[in-house]
Amino acid sequence: MSKSLSARLIAVIASASMSFTAAAAELSGAGSSFVYPVLSKWSASYAQIGDQRINYQAIGSGGGIAQIKAGTVDFGASDKPLPSAELAQFGLGQFPSVIGGIVPVYTLDGIEPGALVLDGATLAGIFLGRIERWNDAAIVALNPALALPDSKITVVHRSDGSGTSFNFTNYLSKLSPEWKTKVGEGTAVDWPVGVGGKGNDGVAAYVGRIKGAIGYVEYAYAVKNKLGHAALKNAAGQVVRPGRESFQAAAATADWASATDFNLIMTNAPGNQAWPITATTWIILPKQAVQRERSQLVIEFFRHALNKGQAEAEALDYVALPPALVQRVEAYWAAEFKH
Amino acid sequence: MPAPAPRRADLDARRDRWFAHSLKAAALLVLAVLLGAALSTLWGGREVLIGHGLDFLASSQWNPVAGRYGALAPVFGTVVTSFVAILLAVPLAFGIALFLTEIAPPWLRRPVSAAIELLAAIPSIIYGMWGLFVFVPFMAEHIEPMLDASLGQLPVIGALFSGPPLGLGVLTAGIVLAVMIVPFIAAVMREVFLAVPTRLKESARALGATPWEVVWHIVLPATRSAVVGGIFLGLGRALGETMAVTFVLGNAYDIHASLLMPGTSISSSIANEFNEAVGNHRSALLALGFLLFVVTFFVLLIARLMLRRLARREGAT
Repeated sequence: MSKSLSARLIAVIASASMSFTAAAAELSGAGSSFVYPVLSKWSASYAQIGDQRINYQAIGSGGGIAQIKAGTVDFGASDKPLPSAELAQFGLGQFPSVIGGIVPVYTLDGIEPGALVLDGATLAGIFLGRIERWNDAAIVALNPALALPDSKITVVHRSDGSGTSFNFTNYLSKLSPEWKTKVGEGTAVDWPVGVGGKGNDGVAAYVGRIKGAIGYVEYAYAVKNKLGHAALKNAAGQVVRPGRESFQAAAATADWASATDFNLIMTNAPGNQAWPITATTWIILPKQAVQRERSQLVIEFFRHALNKGQAEAEALDYVALPPALVQRVEAYWAAEFKH
Repeated sequence: MPAPAPRRADLDARRDRWFAHSLKAAALLVLAVLLGAALSTLWGGREVLIGHGLDFLASSQWNPVAGRYGALAPVFGTVVTSFVAILLAVPLAFGIALFLTEIAPPWLRRPVSAAIELLAAIPSIIYGMWGLFVFVPFMAEHIEPMLDASLGQLPVIGALFSGPPLGLGVLTAGIVLAVMIVPFIAAVMREVFLAVPTRLKESARALGATPWEVVWHIVLPATRSAVVGGIFLGLGRALGETMAVTFVLGNAYDIHASLLMPGTSISSSIANEFNEAVGNHRSALLALGFLLFVVTFFVLLIARLMLRRLARREGAT
């Protein structure tokens, strides 16, 4: 018995040391928690075909940027693009990876989920505390057919710093000058009203539990928690519903051509079908000669993911980049990351 | 021929010295850790502490976009939630400990004591989840509308209890904290009440004292400093508690008179924002951490001074 035990022990040690040698060639990334689920899915399937492992730590965008600048990881992921000057200073490049939508969610007695229509200015009014009741004239004007109750609106926002908040406040800043001057945009802002929930889960839980509440979450959480999500009037004046088509339309019609280093926030995209609060996460990696080899391995991984990983992304309620944007990203790689 | 006795004494003395030194080192280690933690948060927060000066303490605005940070709202939330928690937990824990030591039949003591120790071992995230999914809806549907309609209508204390029934807020956080610290305080109180010599209690009973008089005149005076120590332990935990509070406090940088409104606390602010904070924002959060040391120090200092005054007054009568 002791013999079999020692044999087993040797086997364990052997396999541990083997996995250690495999881990030595592992690529490492750190940053946004927004992309964590899809990145881990992609890396799992990539490991099966290419024998290349990717270890991703969801430590937050700020941490990801700090680590890639310090060169302690092979790539960083951020919900907020870096300006070109900053990229140049640290010898970095960036590109979008996957698309997600942020949707306003609400719980309101007597109003069917999905029936409510809002626009950016009204949403800003609600989050500023200027629109306090559900039967406010601004909401009624957008929803003439609904019998909106005379009840108080409770605003729910994120309490933690997050890319979701960044894109949402960016959208409100674009649509409301008052929001822009009073609150501004950021991963954490000075919210004029409301309660804060921790994470998408926290906001979804609060909105589900407080009658008359409105908040914003990533689309997947709205679907998972069966929350009523509002339709939005977009930049083209069309009322659009959240979903794959409208998220992809936003990514396709956003003005990538005039953005250097993909430094563009997709909110309030111009397309007819575009969902106005659409977000992406940027992958940031070094261009310097020292780490070029590892950067090439990272690029090969993302080449595979962007071209072959659509189905996996969509199973997790993300949306893959539209083909035209993938071509643009590949052109960027060819131009900026020369062999 | 030299006697072995002095050598043996030398050996003992040396061992004693070593023993004393190692004890001293253990005690000094605590001081070093405390000082190190305080200094490193002070160093990390220096940008904001120097840049904002007194404004950091006096302002209630917390605006990462504009880079302006004021700690008043988190400090207020930390102190008020802990105060509510202590106010609710101390009488409850006192009752539990007294019941278990003086009144409960022996067969009941062991299971209830074990249950209290189990409660103390529950991780705070569980209290947070329970608070969010069970207690918050209960507060929103039953307790808070009732408070708003009854106490909320009174002239002076009405301001404390009026507001929309969100379920989230200072009162809910205080109650969840109270539930969390009751086991700590009750366990300490029970231990020290058990340590009161039976002879003293029996003598009092022989003189015709009621159970209440035994507790008030014999048990409590004999154990006062240990009882206060137990309360400090609970207070320390309430001041620093993070996860459970984050779930139920509402996380809004506001200062309201009403206990039904959402607020924020120092530790939950740090837990919420540290991940995505860079530059000045991170510095502000570290400065908040330092402030938690300061707040805890002053709260415990005030509690100790109150205790000393109480003892002096007792000595005078």
